[in-house]
Amino acid sequence: MDILRRILATALAAGILAGLAITVFQHFSTAPLILNGEVYEEQAAASMPATHDHEGVAAWEPRNGFERTAYSFLANLLTGVGFALVLTSLYVLRGRPVTWREGLLWGLAGFVVVALAPGLGLPPELPGMPASALGPRQTWWVATALLTAIGLALVFLRRDLWAVVLGVALIVAPHLWGAPPPMDEPSTVPASLEHSFIVAVTISTFLFWVVLGALSGAFYRRFGGSAA
Amino acid sequence: MAAHQVTIASTAAGTTSRASVLLQAFIAMGLGLFIVGMVGFSHIEVVHNAAHDTRHSNAFPCH
Repeated sequence: MDILRRILATALAAGILAGLAITVFQHFSTAPLILNGEVYEEQAAASMPATHDHEGVAAWEPRNGFERTAYSFLANLLTGVGFALVLTSLYVLRGRPVTWREGLLWGLAGFVVVALAPGLGLPPELPGMPASALGPRQTWWVATALLTAIGLALVFLRRDLWAVVLGVALIVAPHLWGAPPPMDEPSTVPASLEHSFIVAVTISTFLFWVVLGALSGAFYRRFGGSAA
Repeated sequence: MAAHQVTIASTAAGTTSRASVLLQAFIAMGLGLFIVGMVGFSHIEVVHNAAHDTRHSNAFPCH
């Protein structure tokens, strides 16, 4: 179980550090925009008739301020460790030496797979923006990430022409199929705020993957010992 | 003959070890995807509320 121990140690170290870094960054970038979006969401909800989704017993949610930031931190830590587990498993499956620089390239691939590609069809959303049913959007998101990952692997890890052609086709396919369209309702959130949020999310996820990739590469090498 | 047996033994050991490496990598990947799935995609309302801002900030489909 040496390999598993090495993967777990790498993913914990890289995931916790990347989760910490991104929580600090989000605290000053995306989080204020989300709070701002919720002001518009609540204004719109208040003007609606009483027959509203959120009627009845409200589920627990963290209080604004420290508690809310703490839960975001926890969620970011888990997301970091989870994605780092996937990255590090891929290093093992690939079976080549990895330094922070190769890790960085894997991180950039991760950014394309789970942020850029799904974000083309389903741009980052603020609370209060009209959105279609959640299920189909989640399905399209997962399918797009999966096809993009397979596509990138075919393009970059195989040398054959057929693999490159198939890889490019797989990356384009979900966008030709099309993401579930947004509802044709006026947004309660100003367009300028939506725009700022899309930029903030893109930069934030980019930094997250750069840090996670480079750190996982560096720790994977460091924890390799004689097994490397 | 002896050399032949050694070759067979080392090949078998190599195969087992490769299978074990693959298994460990897939276990780790499955665990990672499970964690991301819970934090980012679970419909359980309390999980959604706790991870709300992270979902929005990662552009995971939310609401």
